[in-house]
Amino acid sequence: MYNNLFEGELVRLTAEEPEAMAKAYSAWAAADSEYQRMLDTSAASLFSVKKWKEWLEKDLEKDPSTFYGFCIRTLADDRLIGFVGLDGNVVPHGEAFVGIGIGDRKDWSRGYGTDAMRLALRYAFMELNLRRVSLNAFEYNPRGLRSYEKAGFRHEGRQRQYLKRDGKRWDLVYMGILREEWMEMYQNEYTRT
Amino acid sequence: MDITQQLFEGQRLRLAPIDHEKDPEIAARWTYDPAYLRSLGLGAARPLTAAQIKKKYEALEKQMEESRDLFHFALRTRPTDESQESRLLGFASVTWIEWPHGNGYLQIAIGERQDRGKGYGSEALRLLLRYGFAELNLFRLSVVIGSENQAALHLFQKFGFVEEVRRRKALLRDGQTYDLVHLGLLSQEWMEGQSHV
Repeated sequence: MYNNLFEGELVRLTAEEPEAMAKAYSAWAAADSEYQRMLDTSAASLFSVKKWKEWLEKDLEKDPSTFYGFCIRTLADDRLIGFVGLDGNVVPHGEAFVGIGIGDRKDWSRGYGTDAMRLALRYAFMELNLRRVSLNAFEYNPRGLRSYEKAGFRHEGRQRQYLKRDGKRWDLVYMGILREEWMEMYQNEYTRT
Repeated sequence: MDITQQLFEGQRLRLAPIDHEKDPEIAARWTYDPAYLRSLGLGAARPLTAAQIKKKYEALEKQMEESRDLFHFALRTRPTDESQESRLLGFASVTWIEWPHGNGYLQIAIGERQDRGKGYGSEALRLLLRYGFAELNLFRLSVVIGSENQAALHLFQKFGFVEEVRRRKALLRDGQTYDLVHLGLLSQEWMEGQSHV
C-alpha cells in the first residue's frame, strides 16, 4: 500500500524547530505584504522572530486534538517553503479548517501548494478520519481558488463584501470537501501499490 | 430612531451587564439543557458549575476590555406594573469583530425553555442590530446556525438576513448530519429596512 502520509510528488510535510519556523515566517511576512493579505483577514503586520517563536511554541503545546500543523519542504532541494495546518471542530463534529501558505512568491504557481493541500486532505481523511474539511479564501486570490478546486474542494457560498482592502469590498469564499467526495477522487491513488 | 431612543431598552426586555453574583447560578442550571448549549456553539455540551461559569464571565469581560472585539450583554426582563423583578432571560453578543473590515458575528440564547418562542429573541435581535450598525458602525453582521434550528433561521431571515454559505453536513448531532448555514446582513440593507418601519 502506498502509505507515506507525509510525502507527495513535489513536497513533503515536516516538523521544524520553532527557531527555524520563526525566522522563515517573520521574513516571509516582512518581504511581501501580498503574501499576508492572501493568508489572513487580520491587518497585515510585522512581528519579530522572537514574537513568532513565542506563538509557535504555544501552538506546539496546544491540545493535538484541535490543531495539526506542518511545514512544507520541497523534495527536489529540501527547502522550507511554507506551512499547512488543520484547525477546528475536529471534536466532536469531525470538521477542520485548513490553512496553507507558500512564503516566497518565486515558489508560487509551481504546484507546491496544491501538492501540500493534497497531503493535508489525505492526512485529514485517512489519519484523522474527519468527515469534512473546510477553508476560507479571498475573492482577490484566483490562484488560490483554482488550486483548491484542483485539490477537490467545492464552492459552498460567499460572505458578501466581507473584506475591505485597498478601498474595495471583496467576498469571503467558503469551500468544503466531504469525506465521500475525497474517497471518490483519491481512493485509487491512495491504495496504489 | 434617533439619539433620544434608548439603545439598551426593548419593550419587554433590556440589554444589561453581567451580574457576577447572581447570574452564574442561573446559567449553570441552563447548562443541563443541551438545546441551550447547542444553540450557543459547536463544542460538546456539558454541565458546568456556577464557579466554572463565573470564571468564564470574568474571562469574557477581560476580553471585552482588552481585545475590544466582543460586546456581550445579559438579557433581562423590564420591570412591569405587576412586578418590579428583573429576571435573567439569556445572553446576546456581537462577537469576533474584525475592525479593519467592519464585520461582526451575532449570538443570542434564551435560557429557559418556557421563555423560548415568546418573541424575546426577536426583541433582542432588534436591539442588537441597532447596536451593531448604529453604535459600532459595522459594515456587515453574520450569524452561523445549524440547519436543524429552523426557529433561529426564520428569526434572522425575518430581519432581512440572507443565506450566504452552507457548510454541507458540518454538524453531527444525535447521529444525524446537518448543514451549518451562514447568514449575513449588510448595514445598507438594515438601513433600508428601517425606513419602511
